[in-house]
Amino acid sequence: MREEIVFAGFGGQGIMFMGKAIAYAAMNEGKHVTWIPSYGAEVRGGTAYAMVIISDEAIASPLIKEPTICVAMNGPSLRKYEIKVKAKGLLIINKSIADSEAKRKDIEILNIPITELAQEAGDHRIGNMVALGALLGRKKIISLESLISGLEDIVSSAYHNLLPVNERAIRKGFEYGSR
Amino acid sequence: MAKKVLMCGNEALAEAAIIAGCRFYAGYPITPQNEIPAYMSKRMLEAGGVFLQSESELAAINMVFGSSLTGARAMTSSSSPGISLKQEGISYLAACELPAVIVNIMRGGPGLGNIAPSQSDYFQAVKGGGHGDYHQIVIAPASVQEMADLTMLSFDLADKYRMPVMILGDGILGQMMEPVEFSLQPSAFSLQPKDWILDGCKGRKPRVIKSLILNETELENFNLKLQKRYREIKDKEQRCEVLYGEDSEIMLVAYGTTSRVARSVVEKLRKIGKKIGIIRPITLWPFPERTFKKLEKSVKSFLVVEMSCGQMIEDVKLAIDCAKPVHFYGRTGGKIPDEDEIIKELDAISGFSDRRSDRG
Amino acid sequence: MDKIFEKPESIRDKETHYCPGCGHGIVHRVICEVVDDLGIREKLIGIAPVGCAVIAYDYWDFDVTEAAHGRVPAVATGIKRSLPDRIVFGYQGDGDLGAIGTAEIIHAANRGENITIIFVNNTVYGMTGGQMAPTTLIKQKTATTPSGREQKTHGFPLKVCELLSVLPGVAYAERVSVHNPQNVLKAKKAIKKAFENQIKGLGFSIVEVLSPCPTYLGLSSKDAVKWVGEELVKEYPLGVFR
Repeated sequence: MREEIVFAGFGGQGIMFMGKAIAYAAMNEGKHVTWIPSYGAEVRGGTAYAMVIISDEAIASPLIKEPTICVAMNGPSLRKYEIKVKAKGLLIINKSIADSEAKRKDIEILNIPITELAQEAGDHRIGNMVALGALLGRKKIISLESLISGLEDIVSSAYHNLLPVNERAIRKGFEYGSR
Repeated sequence: MAKKVLMCGNEALAEAAIIAGCRFYAGYPITPQNEIPAYMSKRMLEAGGVFLQSESELAAINMVFGSSLTGARAMTSSSSPGISLKQEGISYLAACELPAVIVNIMRGGPGLGNIAPSQSDYFQAVKGGGHGDYHQIVIAPASVQEMADLTMLSFDLADKYRMPVMILGDGILGQMMEPVEFSLQPSAFSLQPKDWILDGCKGRKPRVIKSLILNETELENFNLKLQKRYREIKDKEQRCEVLYGEDSEIMLVAYGTTSRVARSVVEKLRKIGKKIGIIRPITLWPFPERTFKKLEKSVKSFLVVEMSCGQMIEDVKLAIDCAKPVHFYGRTGGKIPDEDEIIKELDAISGFSDRRSDRG
Repeated sequence: MDKIFEKPESIRDKETHYCPGCGHGIVHRVICEVVDDLGIREKLIGIAPVGCAVIAYDYWDFDVTEAAHGRVPAVATGIKRSLPDRIVFGYQGDGDLGAIGTAEIIHAANRGENITIIFVNNTVYGMTGGQMAPTTLIKQKTATTPSGREQKTHGFPLKVCELLSVLPGVAYAERVSVHNPQNVLKAKKAIKKAFENQIKGLGFSIVEVLSPCPTYLGLSSKDAVKWVGEELVKEYPLGVFR
């Protein structure tokens, strides 16, 4: 198993954290992982991205040219990354925000009303958790439980009161992605 | 076994420095190394050491100079433009035989350049960016784990040879997160008392640590002493990693982040039976000449891959006395050579790969 | 017969390299007397600057290092922070402190580093051949102001004590002179206080010492001393600034 995932969206959508959450959980499952952020001035506003590789084997290059999975959390990142997704790869789109539609026919496309699902889970701001859940619903890279239990370690204890709502969001996404 | 944690390279480096016994850090903010001072500002205090955000990189390196001469393990970090400012201080550290660890998380240059990863400070690091006939040991990690392990090694080498050691990383290595284990223990060196420090002359004769030597003979002799030490280091401290050294006809040569990409190329091409390998220098100074000399006979040609316009390539050519063709592929300005580009370059050199067969 | 004058323990038995009439030797000696008086020789680390006083360690019989030009306060910071119970002082000239090392002195002072700085202001660069210093007076002739310093080209004489005196990190800033015995005694008192402050942990102390450089003032030793006492003190008034 080897997945090369790009998470992309606006700064502030929790893009870096999505990558960290799945990379951390995968590490705990004994997998090899790398996580590379976009860094510097571009992380506020503009398009932020995180590149995550999860693999059963040691990872040489941590860079991703053609992601096998892309999670596009907004319109600009959809337009930027749709063309890059590897043939037969997966493109997850935040339908609630993206202002255009994917055109590729050689990849799997999953349109998700992420903001609405996050709202249903209890907080419209945690669309990133919905998207992660959906990703795992579609691709069994790691177990849902690893992701959820991992959050406890990487979320600062000051925000642990938000863990339940995050879990709900992940499960909602997972359900949607598993359909 | 220590627990694996997911950490970015800059933080792993900082934590390793603390474990190695570093108790003094001074630095000035610059991207992409800001995680180091931020981490130190908390952890150094917990460890009972000193953290200082200095007024400039000049001040930081000179604070490190001051701390080092008291016997403390001291470190500063910066990125390319800031490292240029530290060169004066590095020359003085070398001249005063003071150990220190200097971290350069390289970014695109020249000038202010950009904040993207780069390897264009190679010359500055290995040829001596400051004035005078001196060297610093230059260490090139290629993973977050190595950002930790080689930091600990750097402090030991600095103490062992009483000289500055530079850790030469790049923006990717600093920012990237990977699992890392802090399994190494501080070495014996970290505990060894230093008999040359300034701490007040109680119970002994006063000492002077200085670099002014007006008498030509004395200064020449001092330089010869340094050169003798440098020869010893060249003899004992060359480090590199070689993959497929036995049967490779073509060898990639790359360090740091670039070596990770090059390694992917090697793995891909090996799967389709190509005789290709990689030499990854871990010490850039001393350059692992012996390995090159050894492999020079069996290897038909070398391809050096860098995030620069061609700097390390000169050391490769020198190491093998230009006995075999040495090719170059580099990207600059913050661009990273990608696998396809390297494969294309290999094709151009020797019709080496069958490009289509390795895809998909 | 009672011995009423002797060489301080902290000063080495060494022939001076300073020019006749130079003030550095006096300041070196005064520092050593204070070090002896306070009994701090064995816990002292001095920092010599780049400039005429670079080989101060040839005279001082305690631990001494030498900083790059202008970096004395940064080196002092590194030493003092690493060994807070030792006494650390920097010796700086006007080029070192007032030109190339302005950032370092201001920030060390502003951090309130618990160190002592002895700043010798003789208005010229001695070691390099008598060039203009930041403290050179208007109309003063030097190797690089052959017609005299002009404000239009080179700005005004830099007033270090006045500048630093507005910083809350500064515990003590005084300007003294060594142009006659009475003032040497005052200088000693000030330098002593600057060290005592450090012992008490009060923070940054600086003593600016007006000092004659007959060679590059183009004056006899006697006239140089007179010039300091009569002319230099007009531009740089003596006294406590903080």
